[in-house]
Amino acid sequence: MAKDFIIMKINAAGCHYRTLNQQIKDAVKKGEKHIELLNVNGQRYIADGVSGDTEIIINGVPGNDLGAFMSGPTIIVNSFAQDSVANTMNDGKIVIKGHAGDVLGYGMRGGKLFVKGNVGYRVGIHMKEYEDKIPVIIAGGRAGDFFGEYMAGGILILLNLNDEKPERATGSYLATGMHGGVIYIRGDVDKDQIGEGVGVVELKDADNTVLNNLIKEFCKDLNIDSKLVFKKPFKKLIPVSKRPYGKLYAY
Amino acid sequence: MKPGILSPYCEKDISACGLTGLISKKGRKIKGDIIIRSISCMDERGNGLGGGFAAYGIYPDYKNHYALHIMYSDKKSLPATEEYLRETVKIEHQEVIPTRRVYTITNPPYFMRYFVNPPEEIHEHLAHESAELREDNYMVNTVMHINSEIPGAFVVSSGKNMGAFKGVGFAYEIADFFKLEDYEGYIWTAHNRFPTNTPGWWGGAHPFTLLDWSIVHNGEISSYGINKRYLEMFGYKCTLLTDTEVVTYMLDLLIRRHKLPLRLACSALASPFWKDIKKMDDEEKKLMTAVRMVYGSALLNGPFAILFAHSKGLVGLSDRVKLRPLVAGEKDDMVYMASEESAITEICPNPDRVFRPDAGEPLIVELEKQN
Repeated sequence: MAKDFIIMKINAAGCHYRTLNQQIKDAVKKGEKHIELLNVNGQRYIADGVSGDTEIIINGVPGNDLGAFMSGPTIIVNSFAQDSVANTMNDGKIVIKGHAGDVLGYGMRGGKLFVKGNVGYRVGIHMKEYEDKIPVIIAGGRAGDFFGEYMAGGILILLNLNDEKPERATGSYLATGMHGGVIYIRGDVDKDQIGEGVGVVELKDADNTVLNNLIKEFCKDLNIDSKLVFKKPFKKLIPVSKRPYGKLYAY
Repeated sequence: MKPGILSPYCEKDISACGLTGLISKKGRKIKGDIIIRSISCMDERGNGLGGGFAAYGIYPDYKNHYALHIMYSDKKSLPATEEYLRETVKIEHQEVIPTRRVYTITNPPYFMRYFVNPPEEIHEHLAHESAELREDNYMVNTVMHINSEIPGAFVVSSGKNMGAFKGVGFAYEIADFFKLEDYEGYIWTAHNRFPTNTPGWWGGAHPFTLLDWSIVHNGEISSYGINKRYLEMFGYKCTLLTDTEVVTYMLDLLIRRHKLPLRLACSALASPFWKDIKKMDDEEKKLMTAVRMVYGSALLNGPFAILFAHSKGLVGLSDRVKLRPLVAGEKDDMVYMASEESAITEICPNPDRVFRPDAGEPLIVELEKQN
């Protein structure tokens, strides 16, 4: 498919992360809308704190804290990613075509993070929302322990499309301390894995609308057959108390 | 040698330890440059206060001798140590460990290596033990004596056909200092240190070793006090001022002396939670309950990811709630383990598989044939 825009290419081979990130920031400032990074390997903090609507394609393995504090750009990672992607991200979108590591979307407050493969431990902890700023994380694989721990807002979706270790698809301490937002899990959820103060409820029509739209977008971005996703029903997790530990220290 | 990705920005803000390791399951020799490139990719995780390497298969000419790498923080400790060695072991060969001057490394200690065996007389006693166990135990006592009784002398490694090289500096500086590009091994581990609770000194850098075992560790062992007191009951002396030391001796105790299979020893170090034991089938439940009861003092509490190497394999293990990262990759007969994916792709651009082992589940890799 012919593209009617110019892609600015940056070779990151052997480049220190500060040099690389300065180049990206300079390019965005100059008004570049399409940037492709080549030979990335382990450089941290890529596109951190960058605003605007630039699209950044990453070839290679980006380092920790990819897209932290980012507010607007779209990042596409053609392989896998490491820890702390979308840390405190404000807006924009990150699409990862492989797996990603631990502590994804920590304190995330807006935008979307799509991971095709497995995600690590502590994904979506401390996520929050405010009015129309609703952060979304969708993982195509399974997740480690503490998925959605202390979640205060936003949407977390776990698909486990490969049905790998289905008894541990979500890990332990699922949504422990959750007091806002919603988690959708495809397949069964072992009640023993769920933290206190969290309820499993049936999906309503409004849920199906939200889920359909998000899954459709996820499948389009990552080239997955959305029919496969809906072959299994979803479970919905919500907090059953707004302040589950409100009385822990107060008497 | 080229510095890692950290230059030209050498000041430090934030950090964590970084570790990496590789093994050729076929026992092929891998040059030192490879592991140096891998660890240098994670300079960001260290702060220049500790770097080190362990290599297996590097002394084929003396493969049946214990290779003692000894660090002398001052040369006054050398005559006393050598006199002790002449009295206690048969020295087949001894030499200076070759080093080169590195601009950023000031006042390094002096390093010697001795290829030794215990004297024949030890076999006249303790007939109920195997010859191997008698020799190993004798060498452990020799190491413990030097570390605790001879001021300024520390045994850096003591296994056969292996060695540890470590010190204060970034890993690439330590590699440069010890000329590691000249060595070839079938297992390598490496470490970039960011000391938090204990001093950054030459003996405190990783890996920590005893006989065949070498450990690199990212994290902190909160249970150090309990582990140390437990080990002391079996004659181990913790002298190196760093928590990781206990892991090395614990493995020696559990695997070499108590003959626990590797996987079970890992279950003692990172034992399953009681809530998970409750759900196991009866046999597994009985076993895990026994492990927790008998080896409660061997449990490592606190955040950790460790790689431990021995002459027949490499094992990666993280704590039970995954407070430190551990990644693995495979390509043909090679298995890689590291703190970050990029440390693997740096030296293996197209791995067959890259994955993250679950918390507390050991990744055990063994050599296909005996070396």
